Amino acid sequence: MTPPQRQRRDAVPEPPTPQAGEDKPGNPERMYVVAGPDGERAELDLVTLIVARATDPPPSASPEQAALLRLCAAPLSVAELSAYLHLPFSAMGVLLTELLTAELVQARAPIVRKARSDRSLLEAVMNGLQRL
Amino acid sequence: MDFNGSDTIPGPRTEDQLPHTAQAAAKIVIVGGFGVGKTTMVGSVSEITPLTTEETMTQAGIGVDDNFGSASKTATTVAMDFGRISITDQLVLYLFGTPGQQRFWFLWNGLFEGALGAVVLVDTRRLEVSFDVMGRLEERGVPFVVAINSFPDAPRYDLEELRTALDLTPDIPIIECDARRRASSRDVLMTLMRFLHSLAMTGSLT
Repeated sequence: MTPPQRQRRDAVPEPPTPQAGEDKPGNPERMYVVAGPDGERAELDLVTLIVARATDPPPSASPEQAALLRLCAAPLSVAELSAYLHLPFSAMGVLLTELLTAELVQARAPIVRKARSDRSLLEAVMNGLQRL
Repeated sequence: MDFNGSDTIPGPRTEDQLPHTAQAAAKIVIVGGFGVGKTTMVGSVSEITPLTTEETMTQAGIGVDDNFGSASKTATTVAMDFGRISITDQLVLYLFGTPGQQRFWFLWNGLFEGALGAVVLVDTRRLEVSFDVMGRLEERGVPFVVAINSFPDAPRYDLEELRTALDLTPDIPIIECDARRRASSRDVLMTLMRFLHSLAMTGSLT
C-alpha cells in the first residue's frame, strides 16, 4: 500500500498580516510589553510566569483581580491562570495589564526561540527530560 | 462570570505549585489531526493534570468555512490543552496540544511564536490530515519532528517510505511512539530537543 504524498512548503518571510482596516485576529491586549530579566522586552505570552508581589490583595482590587492574585501567590503561567479563572487568553491580557500597571504582580518573561538558540538551555531541558 | 465567590476558585493543588525560584518558562506545541493522540501525549508526560486554556477568534478567522453556517456568527472559541514539566527549580517547560480545526491554531497569535519547536503527531491511517499543519509550520519556520503514534490497526510503513510520502528533508527526525506511554512521549520530546540542538550547532535555526 502506498501512502498519500505531501509536498513540502517553503518558509514565507513574513506571516500574512491583515490589511489595514480589516479586523485583526487575536487581540490587541497582547501588545502589552513586559520587561525581561535583562531589560529585554517581551509581549505577554501563554507561558509568561506571573507572581503576586504581595500575599493579600488590596481592598481596591476587583473580584477578578483578587482571584488572580490569590492564584499566583506562587509563580503561575498566563495559560494556567486562564484555565483556572475560565477566562480566554485575551481577557487575561486586560486583567494582567491592570495588575502589572498597579505593580501588584510581577511578570517573568518567557524563553522564546531565537535566531541563535541557546544551546545551554536546550541541554538543560534534555537533562530535565532525562529525569522524567 | 461571577467572581464574588473567588475564594472557591480552584487553583493548583499545593503539590502542583511552582517554586518561587521558577524564573522562566518555554513552550513546545504538539500538533496533528483530530484524535491522533495529542492530548494523550500531553497527559502522559505532564506533571500536572492537563488544563485547558481558550481563545476567542474573531471575524477574520471566520467566514472561510461553511460549517459555521449563520453569517451572524462572528466569533468562535479555540481550546488548547496543556501540561507542564519542571525542568529545574528555575526552568519550566509547557506542552500545548491542539484539538479543533487546525487553521485556527495559526490565528492564535502567540501560540507558535516563540515556541522552541513542535511535534507533529501522525496517525498512518490518516496520514494526509497532518499535511496542512506541516506546511504551515514550514511556512512559519517553526522547527518540528514527526512522531508516528503507533495504533495497533494502523498500516505500518517503513520510516523512509514515510519520509518520502511526507516530503521531509533528511535532517528532520521521524520516530515511532506510543503517546500513552510516558517514556515513549518523553523520547519524542528528547528527539525534538536533540534536533533543535543540532540546528543551534549548525546555526540554521531561524
